[in-house]
This record gives sequence, structure tokens and C-alpha cells, in this order.
Amino acid sequence: MANDHATATNVPVPYSTGDSAITETTIAEMRELAARYPVGRSALLPMLHLVQSVEGRVTPEGIEACADVLGLTGAEVSAVATFYTMYKRRPVGEYHVGVCTNTLCAVMGGDLIFERLKSHLDVGNDETTEDGKITLEHIECNAACDYAPVVTVNWEFFDDMTPQSATQLVDDLREGTEVKSPRGATICSWREAERVLAGFPDGRADEGPTGGKASLAGLRLARERNWTAPNGAAGSSNAAAAAESTVSPEAAAGPRPSDQPGKESQAVNGNDSRKED
Amino acid sequence: MLTPVLSDNWDQINAWQLSSYQRTGGYDALRTALAMQPADVVTAVKDSGLRGRGGAGFPTGMKWSFIPQDNPKPKYLVVNADESEPGTCKDIPLMMASPHTLVEGVIISSYAIRASVAFIYVRGEVLHVIRRLQQAVQEAKDAGFIGTNILGTGYDLDVVVHAGAGAYICGEETALLDSLEGRRGQPRLRPPFPAVAGLYGCPTVINNVESIASVPAIIKNGADWFSSMGTEKSKGMTLYSLSGHVTRPGQYEAPMGITLRQLIDLAGGVREGHELKFWTPGGSSTPLLTAEHLDVPLDYEGVGSVGSMLGTKALQIFDETTCVVRAVLRWTEFYKHESCGKCTPCREGTWWLVQILERLEHGKGTEADLATLLDLCENITGRSFCALADGATAPISSSIQHFKDEYLAHFEHGGCPFDPMASTVFATAGASA
Repeated sequence: MANDHATATNVPVPYSTGDSAITETTIAEMRELAARYPVGRSALLPMLHLVQSVEGRVTPEGIEACADVLGLTGAEVSAVATFYTMYKRRPVGEYHVGVCTNTLCAVMGGDLIFERLKSHLDVGNDETTEDGKITLEHIECNAACDYAPVVTVNWEFFDDMTPQSATQLVDDLREGTEVKSPRGATICSWREAERVLAGFPDGRADEGPTGGKASLAGLRLARERNWTAPNGAAGSSNAAAAAESTVSPEAAAGPRPSDQPGKESQAVNGNDSRKED
Repeated sequence: MLTPVLSDNWDQINAWQLSSYQRTGGYDALRTALAMQPADVVTAVKDSGLRGRGGAGFPTGMKWSFIPQDNPKPKYLVVNADESEPGTCKDIPLMMASPHTLVEGVIISSYAIRASVAFIYVRGEVLHVIRRLQQAVQEAKDAGFIGTNILGTGYDLDVVVHAGAGAYICGEETALLDSLEGRRGQPRLRPPFPAVAGLYGCPTVINNVESIASVPAIIKNGADWFSSMGTEKSKGMTLYSLSGHVTRPGQYEAPMGITLRQLIDLAGGVREGHELKFWTPGGSSTPLLTAEHLDVPLDYEGVGSVGSMLGTKALQIFDETTCVVRAVLRWTEFYKHESCGKCTPCREGTWWLVQILERLEHGKGTEADLATLLDLCENITGRSFCALADGATAPISSSIQHFKDEYLAHFEHGGCPFDPMASTVFATAGASA
């Protein structure tokens, strides 16, 4: 697959391209991160996320900058950077697309989705399309098994996927169409996402719903059947508060349409017997 | 049947915001706790019978009481939000929908053990959850619930949201500590236990998200209220996560001790036209169970009595279209990838397990390979610093125990006899192997 691809994983990693984007601002932000912890070195993982947000990968210059700020050697920082799967030595595309192929998602269709995307994008695992838009990677369990098969874009969830909906998703990303996670925000770039992971919020926490259908499956059933936890010492505050402040029976019955921006994964998944309602 | 407590506000408008959380009584428990002596908070959690929801089931209050209060070093609370055990998907929706439930629990728990800094170590691969946690902590700071002289009590606390970088091993508590110190996430030898020498060598409590999130409800409603739910030794309500071949997968919050038969019934049954083949009670590291275990109470003792573990209550349901050898091979590849490399039996053993299982799945194995596999498993289990390797062997030995014939069928068939399309959610209705 994609044997002659420019960023194929058998091509040597450029040690340094000599055009590092790390500036005094980056260094100042690294110091800010280190100051958040009782011991500065604890900020190393966030600092490496910051390096990726600036450089698009972990560069030698980024490693040296971390080392300088923390008083470590480059080798000590490299040892850490190479341990963690999210740190990339090769340039990552504008969008990182992850396909869960751990057992449950694989069985539910993740393997077929991954195969489809590899051939559709003409890349192998952990490789980037020629246009630099998409890096495809098979990922391990991402804690969304009740929405299997799961795909992520820049670590935002895309639920109940099919080969068709996954190819549509990557096509939309490549064409620059606005894409929203059904349980998250409008998709930003991978670098912007890395900046949030570094610890610099982007103010988009209020986008998206509280949860998807599966997250609310048990609660919805409990509401329908009037099942509650027993009353406690504080009185029936839970049930009473819920009854008062829930806006309507419809709201209690599940996520509202306004809570579900973006693509309805169900729409491309009409044959799925689980979507009976 | 279901007892929503942790999930009770998940259908509220903007449940993740402070104002919404407070409308449903949020942070009332914090006021109650701060009016108590820290030791009394520990006692309340002890009396409730709450046991760790991250898998091991260790009594939470007892863990807190191990913190040596005469030790002059700072104390730390670390929340393990690295949810990565295959099949486990309860903490992520909790933090997405109601991060303040966790944050309030963090403040109360930190007060109980007299920690001045708490960390929420959340896996890096969940961007929007991290956004919501960051915002919740900031809102709590702005409201005076985090910071100096909290609510005028003189208690000071800082809370840091820390994103990981993709390593299953960091869910292991001592590896998590090394990672939080800015190192490779590799487990530490115990003793000393973290309660004595944890983060930066200081007394540290590490608890799962769901454990800490359960604390506000216990303080608010009382230890007796909590222990009125559940079974004799497994108290309270908990989040059961159903995934796979069920009609309505999702989160089901119920008292400890509910059975899989009841849960599958609530979830609308196994997907139409199919039947249960095997399941995990608490993630892939817990030995597989089958339809004969449908009525086992899902509490620590019940699942233990049939040779498995309750684990994270991650109930992955597989029907008869699923090849057990393929499933186990994939999990084993995962453990191989995630082995941190520190201990030889795990680093080398998982490598060999994958090679043999690959051969078996492709129909090129022999019955002797099964014996070799079991022998390898025996030599790997219990011989490493942490439980990752033990988890790696659990699906292998349990699947051979329950499905030896299916392994043999691979030899006879000269490959996998299953159609991978048949097990997918987009298989046409009625499709079969």
C-alpha cells in the first residue's frame, strides 16, 4: 500500500529541516507550563504537545527547547518523546484521522473502515496524504466502545461509523468543508488541538452536546420507567431537582436536536438495526 | 432497577457548566464536607463501603487512611482519568457531560487527605473532554471552590488538568506517577506504596474518576444511603458500560450486583437474530465469560467466584458471528504494543504470544501451539512489576478454556472460518457467517 509515498514510514525522518518555528513566545509558554507544577519537569508532556502545535511534529529544535527550559539533556527529553504514541517524529497532516481497530471496534467494522480509508487515501498506517491534509493511523481503544466503530479526527469522536461515512468524512476534511464532531466541537486543525492538550484552552468547551445517545441510554430508560436512586439524608434532591429543572419530557428522553450539531451518524447508517428508534 | 446518581444530570441543559451543575445541587456537598473534620470525611467514605471503580476494587476510604498525616511532606491527590482499558468507556462520558461532579469530588477528597495540589491525569486522545475539564476547573476557581482560603475555611487547593500522550500503561498507578513527573510511563516497584512515597516521593492518593465522582453523593446523602445500594461487600451504584452486539449499547447506572441478563434486557437484548457468544465483565484484561455466566451478580465477589474479575464493568458483548481467535489476537497485539518494555516476561512474552496467535488465526498452527500458548501464559503471569502482562494472558487462557474447539476448527479449516463482515454493525440484516 502506498509504496512510493513521499511520507511513507520507510523514508528516513528528517533530523532537522532548519526552519524551526519555535520562538521566544514558545519558550515563554513552556516556562508558563513548568510554573504550573510543584516540579517543573512535570510539564514535559504538555511542553511536547506545545512543540507539536508549533512545529507540526516533535522536532530536534523542540526537544532542545524543552531540555533548555527544564535543565535536562536532549537525550532525556528524547527518551520521553519516543515513549508516547501521540508524539510524532514525522510531520502530521492538518487532520489526524484515527480508526479504532482494537478488538471491539474491529469486530464491529473498524477493520473494514481502516482498509477502506487506506485505499481511498492511498496511504499506509501512520502516513500522510500527498496534499498534507490527512494522517491516517489505526488507534487503540479510545473509551467510546458504546459508539463502535469509532473514528477520531484530531482526537474528537465520530461515532457509529461505516466505510461510507468514513470516506465521506475524510473527503469533507480534504475539501475544507466544515466538519463537526457529533460529541464535540467544530473540527480545528491538529496543531490547534495539540495546543489545547498542552494546556492552553481554546474556549470551545461549550460546543456540542452533553453526550450522545449511548451515554444517555440508561438515564433515558430510568426516566421512562421512573427509576431513581433511593432518597438520601439530603432528601430526594436528585430526583426533585431533575424534575424541576429538566426543561421538558422530550429533553429528558434524550439529546435534543440542538444538542446534536454536525453530521447525524445515524443518517449514513440506516441499515443499522441498533438505530431502531 | 437503574439508579442514576452520577449520570443523573446528564440530560440537563449544558450539564457541563457550573450554573447547570449548581441548579441540581452541585457543590452543596463541598460546603457540607468543609464543615466537617477531614478525618470525618475519610470515615464517611470508609463507612459507605465505596470501593475503587478503576478495576481493583480496593476500599477508597481505607486507601485515604493510609496517608501518613504526621509526614511533613506535601500530600497529593491524583485522579486517574487515563481510561484506556479496552471496552471501558464510563469515565470519558462522565467527564464530558458533568466534569464538575469530578471536580467537586476532587476538592472534597483533597480536603479529606489534606492535599494542597490535585492532578487530573486525563488521556490525551479525548480533546473535547479535556476542554470541558479545563473549563470546569477554571469555573470552580472563579467561584472560589479552588484556590486559597476556599469558602473562608482557610483550606488552600490547586487543581491541574494534565493531558497524557497515548500510553495505556499510564493507567497503571505507578506508571502514571512517573509519567506525571515528566518521564517515560513505567511502573515502579512496590513497596513503597504511593500512599507513603508517590508523586515526587510524597504521600499520594491515586483514585479512578468514578471513585472520586462518587464522593460528593456520599457526603451529600450519607454513607448509609450509599451502602443501602448494592450487595453485602460491593456497595453503591456504579456505571455499567454495554458495548458490542446489543440493541442499545451505552451507560447503565445500577446498584452493584445486577446481572448481565438484566442489563442486556435493559439494553434491548443481543442484536436481533443473534445470540450471546462471549463477553468481558470488566475490559479485555478480565477473563472471558460465556452465556452460562449470565446470572452471575456483577459485583467484585460474584465475578471473582467464576474465575474472572469485575474490573471496570466494561461489558463487551460478542455474538456468534465473532471469531474468538481473531478477538483474542487483536487484544494480544494491543498488549504487545502497550507493554512498556521494563519487565522481560511482558516485553518478550507478549511478542511471542502474538506470533503464535497469528499462526493459529491463519490456520497454520497445531494443537501443540495451544499447549505452548498456555505454557507461555503461565510463565508470564505474575512475573512483572504490574498487571499489564497478567491482563494480556487473561483473554488467551480463558478463551482456550471456553472455546478450544474453535481454535481447533482453524486448523481443520486452514484459516479463519468466520466472515468478518457478518460481525459488523453495517452487515445486512440476517447476514451470517
